Amino acid sequence: MLSVHVVRQLRDFVLDVALSARSGETLVLIGENGSGKSTVLNLISGILTPDRGEITLEDRTLFSSEKKVAIPPENRNIGHLFQSYALFPHMTVFENVAFGLRSRKVPKAEIADAVAEQLATMHLSDLADVNVGRLSGGQRQRVGLARALILDPALLLLDEPLAAVDMRAQAPMRSELHDQIRNAGIPCIVVTHNLRDALELGDRLCLIEEGKVVVDGAPEEVLGMRENGFIESFAGE
Amino acid sequence: MLSLFTTVLLVIFLLFITLPVVSLFLRISPEAFFHSLTEPVVLDALSLSFVTATVSTVIVVLFGTPLALVNARRDYTGRELVDTLTDLPIVLPPAVAGLALLMAFGRRGVIGQYLDIFGIHIGFTTTAVILAQVFVASPFYIRQARASFEAVDRLYEDAARTLGASPGAVALRITIPLAWGGLVSGAILSFARALGEFGATIMFAGNFQGRTQTMPLAIYTTMQGDMNAAISLSIILVVISFAVISAVKVVTRRRY
Repeated sequence: MLSVHVVRQLRDFVLDVALSARSGETLVLIGENGSGKSTVLNLISGILTPDRGEITLEDRTLFSSEKKVAIPPENRNIGHLFQSYALFPHMTVFENVAFGLRSRKVPKAEIADAVAEQLATMHLSDLADVNVGRLSGGQRQRVGLARALILDPALLLLDEPLAAVDMRAQAPMRSELHDQIRNAGIPCIVVTHNLRDALELGDRLCLIEEGKVVVDGAPEEVLGMRENGFIESFAGE
Repeated sequence: MLSLFTTVLLVIFLLFITLPVVSLFLRISPEAFFHSLTEPVVLDALSLSFVTATVSTVIVVLFGTPLALVNARRDYTGRELVDTLTDLPIVLPPAVAGLALLMAFGRRGVIGQYLDIFGIHIGFTTTAVILAQVFVASPFYIRQARASFEAVDRLYEDAARTLGASPGAVALRITIPLAWGGLVSGAILSFARALGEFGATIMFAGNFQGRTQTMPLAIYTTMQGDMNAAISLSIILVVISFAVISAVKVVTRRRY
């Protein structure tokens, strides 16, 4: 169970968002560019600090302005997949996926086994020694996801997970991603501009406008609210 | 195609730069050159220069890297001031730097007088040579290092944090490797500046063969008697300068 209430002054408006997601539930955030969706993910994973608010994940308080708690990002155990995947360009696929385990000082032999297994389940074994600069969009996405999932995160944050994947590969990658989220059995928040992502990945849909959650509900319900301009254009694609 | 006017300008300028350098090579026979390399004054200067420039580069890198990283990534009051001060030695005339170092670390200096109590003398020693080199050469590394750190996309650092790396681990495993080319070229430039250092050294460290007489000081001293030794040392410095420029070009080629 994830429960979030974060407030932060952004350049043009105050972001004030309250969200929650149960284990195994996927929440999809939609909204205009610059409405604050990615900022919400950064606040949850700890890259940005809220001005005030509280973030709890399972029984752990990750941030609380009241209790003066601010767990640094490296100790939050959250998988955060960035929009461009942020694969480390000076490392191979193997080294990227091993990065988190190395940071946790896991013994070398264990890392080798765990990475090999993770790469195998994500059909990346052949690419282990390839430098990440030579991967396709779909391969990059899988490496980014493998790098996060190998750490057994307690929460998964996905920022436009399929945007850099080429069109033809999107549908199979989406259902693959859907399975991976289901298998992980943890709460998941997905930011997307894509209607298919919202429908196939989301258990719930949140519309964010200028840093506020204006609609929160089941996908069909939310997409039915055609009186809202953004939903009208989003659902009408 | 260049117009006649620009071509002529270019040629004049290139001749102005290359002719003096070529002249060095034309004024000495290969035999005389190799003979000079066996003279004690040349050998002493060569080894002293390499030892001191290497030590000062190591010092600059050890102190300059954290400073450059902090200034590239953190916003704090006084950052502008720190930046200006670290750049100061670039514009400060070396003679002024030398005198300033003497006023600080000389026997009667602001700090030197206390060191004197403990029997520590810095002025006119090899240590003074190194301090003078660190003083004048540090901005070359720090500026380049800071620019290279700023060029590293923060996204990689953020991603590394979410994967469990502490800020120190992020610096060692992400930021420094990604800025590596710039750091190496900055260190090479700083080394070259230290190797060529003259004014501050002669003011603060003096001109004692084998102890403080580095290559530029030896050139200055030998040209009053043994011109071949002066030219030979100069040729070595010219070759090193070429090597430095080429090395910097190679390591700064973007890899990612």
